[in-house]
Amino acid sequence: MRIFDPHIHMTSRTTDDYAAMAAHGVQALVEPAFWLGQPRTSVGSFVDYFDALIGWEPFRASQFGIRHHCTIALNPKEANDPRCREVLDVLPRYLAKDGVVAVGEVGYDSMTAEEDEVFAAQLELAKRFELPVLVHTPHRDKAAGTTRTLDVVRESGLPAGRVVVDHLNEVTVKEVADSGCWMGFSIYPDTKMDPDRMVVILRQFGTERILVNSAADWGKSDPLRTHATGQAMLAAGFTEDDVDQVLWRNPVEFYGQSGRLDLTGSAAEDTFAGNSILRGARS
Amino acid sequence: MTRGPQPGAARRPATTAALGADVSAFAGRPLAEVFPAVTRTVGKGALGNGWTADEAARATLLSGAGRAEIAELYRFGDTAEKLAILKALQLEDIEQIVGEDGLALVEDAIRTNDQRLLAAALGPYATRHLPAATFRQAVLKCVFAGVPLAAVDGLPARADDELKRMMADFAAERRAAGRSVPEDLQPYLER
Ligand SMILES: [Zn+2]
Repeated sequence: MRIFDPHIHMTSRTTDDYAAMAAHGVQALVEPAFWLGQPRTSVGSFVDYFDALIGWEPFRASQFGIRHHCTIALNPKEANDPRCREVLDVLPRYLAKDGVVAVGEVGYDSMTAEEDEVFAAQLELAKRFELPVLVHTPHRDKAAGTTRTLDVVRESGLPAGRVVVDHLNEVTVKEVADSGCWMGFSIYPDTKMDPDRMVVILRQFGTERILVNSAADWGKSDPLRTHATGQAMLAAGFTEDDVDQVLWRNPVEFYGQSGRLDLTGSAAEDTFAGNSILRGARS
Repeated sequence: MTRGPQPGAARRPATTAALGADVSAFAGRPLAEVFPAVTRTVGKGALGNGWTADEAARATLLSGAGRAEIAELYRFGDTAEKLAILKALQLEDIEQIVGEDGLALVEDAIRTNDQRLLAAALGPYATRHLPAATFRQAVLKCVFAGVPLAAVDGLPARADDELKRMMADFAAERRAAGRSVPEDLQPYLER
């Protein structure tokens, strides 16, 4: 089972996690820029964080044979702090980097006017840099937040296929499926979504346009939940090819739209058939 | 210990003009957004002169930039950009632009924990500009980090008695711990 975790915060994880992930088939991942638990109060903290996402963390991942890419954005939680607003000004520098394969995580946390503004500004950046977008949906008032998210995406004029709406559940999946956006699911211990519930959703909605991630971070989370979901799919009668589509080919297709995915050095590079969307092929 | 000239050393480009890179495709766009995207445009094929296409294009872009701009590109660079800037410091025209300010970039790279940056920092620019104490510490860091000493431009020429003393102490510490002494350290341990 080869796995591409499309959403995991490795900055918060140990080398043991990297070793366990590699042993369970994780060969590539995307680390979205998000908040770190402790709120930041200046643009400098963000710049150092972004530097780690394009520098130190890919270096650490490479020592375990794992390809590391990231997404860059001002997250909605910290978008509400005026001291962090200047982050928007440094984003263009980072969105031009090779290792940056999407704008994200953007979206809503508390659905404030500030969040509206920052979300819209970053969707514009995604258009300018021709990047896909990773959208976080709020934990509180999730259904209403998802509806509003889809409205804003529609108004931006971005193609729905370039957007993944993440952290979905049984209540929010239908609307996103109908929108044409990609559907993201975070398989988290206790909350969000678990492997068996994920299998039920896959039965209902099929295996296309779906991304399954561990969203592992500094909270109680598990970087092997992607693997557990693959096992649950097999146990429920899905084929190896179905599992490969959901856990590998789908994330490669979604982030491949950036033209910047570089899977050389991952054990899967030779076996990936649709080479055309890999680095460089777009231009 | 002696070291003859490297194969192809005579053909090594001394200026950005000698690299023969065409950067006209990047004209008219902000350098801060162009510089990171260079590899996606020109690729990273070897040019046969010790440089890759993207390294050469980046060096050529730097030749049209100012001192502060180069420092800022380095500050915001990813690993590949930083490596290209460090490599470009050996070119005469780039060295002219950055003057002694290139030292801050070299020292930044030496402080990292990334062997690639450490090795790239210790090129001909560092050989010419790095103070002796910093050079010795950087060489010792190479030994610790597993960077082959052959990658250090300033060796063996800048291996002074103090550096040899530090290397001998390091070797003694390794032997005391029952651990092996790196092969490429041997020539410096012969008294
Ligand atoms: Zn996240």
